[in-house]
Amino acid sequence: MYWNKDLETMPREKLRSLQLERLKRIVKYAYEKVPFYRKRFDTSGIKPEDIRSLEDIKYIPFTSKADLREVYPFGMFAVPLSEIVEIHSSSGTTGKPVVMGYTKNDIEVWKEVMARSITTMGVTREDIIQIAYGYGLFTGGLGFHYGALAIGATIVPASAGNTRRQIELMRDFGSTVICCTPSYALYLAEYAKDEMGIDPSSLKLKAGSFGAEMWTEEMRREIEKRFGIKAYNVYGLTEIIGPGVAHECSEQKGLHIWEDHFYPEIIDPETGEPLPEGERGELVLTTLTKEGVPMIRFRTRDITAFISGECPCGRTAIRIERIRGRSDDMIKVRGVMLFPYQIEKAILEVQGVEPHYQIILTRPQHLDEIEVQVEMSKEAFSDEVRELEVLKKKLEKRIEETVGIRVKVTLVEPKSIPRSEGKAKRVIDKRGL
Amino acid sequence: MKIKQISVFLENKKGRLYEALSALAKGGVNIRALSIADTSDFGILRMIVDKPDLAKKALEEAGFTTKITHVIAVGVKDEPGGLAEVLKILYENDINVEYVYAFVEKSGEEALVVLRTNNLEKTIDLLQEKGVKLFDSKAVENL
Repeated sequence: MYWNKDLETMPREKLRSLQLERLKRIVKYAYEKVPFYRKRFDTSGIKPEDIRSLEDIKYIPFTSKADLREVYPFGMFAVPLSEIVEIHSSSGTTGKPVVMGYTKNDIEVWKEVMARSITTMGVTREDIIQIAYGYGLFTGGLGFHYGALAIGATIVPASAGNTRRQIELMRDFGSTVICCTPSYALYLAEYAKDEMGIDPSSLKLKAGSFGAEMWTEEMRREIEKRFGIKAYNVYGLTEIIGPGVAHECSEQKGLHIWEDHFYPEIIDPETGEPLPEGERGELVLTTLTKEGVPMIRFRTRDITAFISGECPCGRTAIRIERIRGRSDDMIKVRGVMLFPYQIEKAILEVQGVEPHYQIILTRPQHLDEIEVQVEMSKEAFSDEVRELEVLKKKLEKRIEETVGIRVKVTLVEPKSIPRSEGKAKRVIDKRGL
Repeated sequence: MKIKQISVFLENKKGRLYEALSALAKGGVNIRALSIADTSDFGILRMIVDKPDLAKKALEEAGFTTKITHVIAVGVKDEPGGLAEVLKILYENDINVEYVYAFVEKSGEEALVVLRTNNLEKTIDLLQEKGVKLFDSKAVENL
């Protein structure tokens, strides 16, 4: 099922010429309207006319999150505020927030890509879609809202939080689709079962769109099992548009990037050089149609790879792998690079623990140590010390096999790791303190 | 002859033991015997109480992970070698003792000991055969 069949199944050659035409236009537009870009281009000796093919994009300098912070709040805006109809912003927890402005047309584009995204899950106007992403400055809630509105589905704008109410809404309204972060989805399932005596698989849900944080295939299976639904990956970021940059189709094998609006590249995060198809690196995105704040070669910090080959779903937009972490939450421990997802994967392969964990990094004697706190499942509790030790050893071994580093596993009480209604905090780095 | 023992998972965190015992106190549960198996990371609190089901409820409501297991309560002579005599029977019959701990009070001339072995049925049969006194749950709860 497609939302916009012509564009979603457009032959690749045609798509590429559309991209080139739009790339040329946006580069010229950015150069003329945003002093930041003009300065960048001039310093590197590039003129918009130098872009003659899609490959020429590699001559354009990157834009980083730090750049966007420097021009806080409206320095990247290409239009006067009177043209801006909506403003969104990142939370600013790791520095100054990043502010994005949308023109009327930008909102239309957002609607379009979100409608396509939601339709990939088979959602129609007959569905009841519960949006449990935060509404407000965070782009999650409104992004899904616009998409669902375009489709004509029945929206339950629950927003994030108020877990008991979320479950009551799903039960009483018969919501068929849920959208939230994957860690919150697991919490919802757990809460329904343990606190309300409701079997999450007895709800009418059939599908869910989960994103805004890194998650694994193992976690997908867990969510699918607990709710009895199909769980899809959604990808997006405030700097580009919000959710709806890419979404998984019914094949659940990678996320289609809506390439007529966003031009993707994968680069080596160390050198900045483009990587060949299939190799894992940092995703760089260029908005091809955005008017409010055009983004040229934005370094997302998200680690992924292109998936080659045609997708059986018929969509021609290229797919990326699920996000493997961020180049800035890559943990460097004793010289080895690792990502939280690797640890999550290992944990979920072992029976007897819950998919809730936290990674704590310390440096007690000039040497990094990793402690992984894992919640034991209620059912697995044995009053034999030996059996718990076996479980702990099993986890330590599995994690060591996966990441190549010895870690210390601590079994903690069920429900003792803080639950989050938004993005889960997986890593606590105490080394710098 | 099996009696119910309640076990509690204790994360190595300040005040956790106090919180567990205080939950029992609030629930009006009296402890008959208690032991803690501890490792560097966590502990397992094992108890014989007067009302095991109520204890489980009170602990779970306070957020603890618990489990009820079966053990036996043996009366041994309160003199040197009293417990050794019982253990000898088990040893000679290839029964492994998983853990053992003593009651906080004794009944008459005997010291009371909690025993968990790898084969409770066989342990009960053997000890009864040899005339070792076993206490049933009623006796333990009414101590």
